[in-house]
Amino acid sequence: MANTSAAEQAAQERSPAHLKHYFVSSDQQFDAAKLGMWLFLITEVLLFSGMFVAYAVYRVWYPEVFAVASTELNPWMGGLNTVVLLASSLTVALAIRAAQTDKRRALVVNLFITVLLAGVFMVVKYFEYTHKFHLGIFPGGNFAYAEMNQPIVPIFFSIYYVMTGIHGVHVLVGMGVLSWLGVRAIRGDFHSGYYTPVELSGLYWHLVDIIWIFLFPLLYLI
Amino acid sequence: MTQDMDRSEAAQARDAEEHPAHGDYITHAKSIGSWMFSLDHKRIGILYAVTAAIAFLAAGVFALLVRAELLLPGETFLSAQSYNQLFSLHGIVMVFGFIIPAIPGFLGNFLLPLHLGAKDVAFPRLNLFSYYLYLLGVILIVVAMVVGSVDTGWTFYTPYSARTGPAVLFLAMAVFVAGFASIFTGINFIVTVHKMRAPGMTWNRLPLFVWSIYSTSIVQVLATPVLGITVLLLFLERLLRIGIFDPALGGDPILFQHFFWFYSHPAVYIMILPGFGIVSELIATFSRQRIYGYTAIALSSVAIAMLGFLVWGHHMFVSGQSAISSIIFSLITYLIGIPSGIKVFNWIATMYKGSISFKTPMLYALSFLVLFTIGGVTGIMVGVLAVDIHLHDTYYVVGHFHYVMMGGTVIALLGGLHYWWPKVTGRLYNEVCGQIAAFLIFVGLNLTFFTQLVLGSRGMPRRYHDYLPEFTSLHQLSTIGSWVMGLGLFLVLGYLLVSLFRGKKATANPWGGATLEWTHTGVRPDPHNFHRTPFVTRGPYEFDRIGASRSETVEDHRGADPPDVALNQDRT
Repeated sequence: MANTSAAEQAAQERSPAHLKHYFVSSDQQFDAAKLGMWLFLITEVLLFSGMFVAYAVYRVWYPEVFAVASTELNPWMGGLNTVVLLASSLTVALAIRAAQTDKRRALVVNLFITVLLAGVFMVVKYFEYTHKFHLGIFPGGNFAYAEMNQPIVPIFFSIYYVMTGIHGVHVLVGMGVLSWLGVRAIRGDFHSGYYTPVELSGLYWHLVDIIWIFLFPLLYLI
Repeated sequence: MTQDMDRSEAAQARDAEEHPAHGDYITHAKSIGSWMFSLDHKRIGILYAVTAAIAFLAAGVFALLVRAELLLPGETFLSAQSYNQLFSLHGIVMVFGFIIPAIPGFLGNFLLPLHLGAKDVAFPRLNLFSYYLYLLGVILIVVAMVVGSVDTGWTFYTPYSARTGPAVLFLAMAVFVAGFASIFTGINFIVTVHKMRAPGMTWNRLPLFVWSIYSTSIVQVLATPVLGITVLLLFLERLLRIGIFDPALGGDPILFQHFFWFYSHPAVYIMILPGFGIVSELIATFSRQRIYGYTAIALSSVAIAMLGFLVWGHHMFVSGQSAISSIIFSLITYLIGIPSGIKVFNWIATMYKGSISFKTPMLYALSFLVLFTIGGVTGIMVGVLAVDIHLHDTYYVVGHFHYVMMGGTVIALLGGLHYWWPKVTGRLYNEVCGQIAAFLIFVGLNLTFFTQLVLGSRGMPRRYHDYLPEFTSLHQLSTIGSWVMGLGLFLVLGYLLVSLFRGKKATANPWGGATLEWTHTGVRPDPHNFHRTPFVTRGPYEFDRIGASRSETVEDHRGADPPDVALNQDRT
C-alpha cells in the first residue's frame, strides 16, 4: 500500500505536462495521435473522391462541353494560387522542423507566413468567384450566362463551385487551426519534446495542398 | 496468489480493501455535468445506450403503426401520404439513430478499453464529441419531423428527394452529422486497438468482440465519408439546384444510387459485424469452451469488411446498370456467403461437447444462429440475378433484411445487453422474465418476417399502404407477429428497469467469463478501469486458466506497474 502510492507519486513527477493520464508514454501518445490523423486524412480523401467521381463521370459523358466550359476559368489565377499553396506547404514543413529543433521564433514566423499565404489564396479565389457571379455564372439551375447556353455547361460549373468551395472551406479551417497554433507557439507550448499539434496540422495542410494540385489541372487546364 | 483461485473473488476483495475511498465508475461522481461532459468511455457508452434506446423505441412504435395500418386492406387510420412518411421515418430513425451507432456506441465504447486492458480510448474528448454529433443528428431528425416529414424512404433516391418537402434538408443534414459521429468513432477505435493494448495483449489474444469492432471501424472510416459527400451534394442540390443527381436539371439519378449504395451496402456490415462479435463472446462463455477457429472467425470479419465494399451494385440489378456489372456484383455477393458461413460453422463447432448453459444471453445467441442463417440465405437468393427480377422491391426483400437487421443485429445486441448488464449496472436481471421475453421475441420475429418472405415471393410489393384481398391473412399474421415481438421487447424494457432499482447485486464475474472485464475489474469497473495495468499471458477464452497464473495479476510486480520494457513495447 505504502509503496504503491510512492510509486504513483514518482510516476506523476516523471510524466510531462502534455502526457494524458491514459497513455503510458509520450511516444505512445504521439504515435496514437499521428495514426488517428492519417486515418482522418483518409476520410478526407474519400470525401473528395465522391466529387472526383462525379467530375469523371460527367467528363466522360460530355468531354466537349467540359473542354468549352473550362475556357471560362482563368489558368493564370489558378496557377498563381497553385504557387501560393505550394509555398505555404514549404513554410508549414519549415515550421515543423523549427518546432523539432526548439526554434520558437522560426516556428511562429513560419506558421504566420503559412496563414498569410492561405489568406492570399482565398483573396484570389474571392476575385475569381465574384467575376463569375458578375457574368451570371451561378451553379446549376440558377445559371444565367448567355454566351454559354448549352445544356450541360451549368453542371460543369456546379462541379467547379462544389469542389473549389469545399476545398476553400478546408483552407479556412486550416487558417483557423494554424493561427491558433501560432498563438500557442508564442506562449511557448511547443518544443522538441512535444510538437504533436504542429505536426498533425502540417499533415492536414499538405492534404489541402495536394487536393488543390489535382483540382487545378482537372478544372483549369484540361 | 499462486493457488488456483478466481482472481475476481480474492484479488478484487483485496483491491477493494486497498482502495476504499474511490468508488466505481458510477458512484465516484454523481452530478449531471459529470455525466454529460464525462470523458470516461464507460459513461459515454451509457449516454449512447440511453439515446439509442429512445430512438429504438420511437422507430419501433412507427413500425407497429405501419403494421397496424396493414391489418386490413384499404385505408384504415393512416392516409397513403402519412403511411409513406411513417415507414420513411421508421427506416431513417432505425438505421441512422439506432442500428448503426447502437452496438459500437454502447457496447463498443464500454468494452473496447476493458477488453484491451487500457485506461480509456485513445481520444476521449473526440469520443464525447462523437456522441454529441450523434445526438445533434437525432435532434435534427426530430426537427425534420416537426417541420413536415418526408416520404422518400430511408434511401433518399432522386428524384423523390428532389420533389418531397423541405424537411428533406434537415434529414440530409442529420445523416451528414450522424455520419461524422460514426467516422470519428471509427478512427478512435482503430487507433485504440493499435496503440492502447495492455502489455502481453497480442493480436491473437484480442477477444473476438474487439476484432469485430475493429472491422466495423474500418468500414466506418472508409465508407461513411462517401455518404457524407452524397448527402452534402443532395443538400446543395436542393439549396442551389446544382443538378448532379436531379434529372430535371440534367443530372443522373443512377449516379445517386451508385453513391448511396457505395456507402449503404458497407453500412449493412457496420450494423451486423459488431453482432458477430457479441455472439462469439456469448457462445464461448456459455459453452465454456475455447472458441473453435479463433483465427478464422477473426479474419472472416475483416474479409466481410473488405468484400462488403465490392457488392453495392446488387441493389441496382433492375435500375439500369450494364449486364456485365450486374454479373460481377452478383458473383461477389455470393462470395460474402463464405466468410459468413465460416463464422456460423465455427460457432456451432465451439458448442460441440461444450457444457452449454441456457441462460438468457445464450438463448439470444442461439436465436441469432437460426435467424441470421435465414437472413443470410435469403440474401444469397436476392443476389441471384434472375430471381432478383421477380423479388426486387417486394416484401421478400423486406423480410430478408429484417431477418438480418432484427434477427441478427438486434438479437445480438439484446444478448450482449443481458450478458454485460451485470458489469454495466452491477445488478442482475430476472432470469425467468428474460427467458420468456427471449422466447416471445423469437416467435414474434419469425411470425412477422417469415410471412413477409411468403408475401414477397407471391408478388406483394414493398412500401404500399394497401394490398389485394388475397394477401389479407398473411398480412394479418405478420401484424400479429409484430404485436408478439413488441410485447417481448416491452417486457425486456420493464424487467431491466426494475432490475436497475430492485435487482439482486451482481458479483464481479457472474457468468465465469475469461476476458479482462470479468477477471480484472470489480463488480462495476473503476473510473480508470483497472487498479493496475493488466499483464496478459493467455488468450481470451482459456476458461481453465482464469486466475491460475501469477502473471495474470501482476503479483510478481506487486505494488508497481509492469516493467518499463513491457509498457513501452512497440504497439503496431
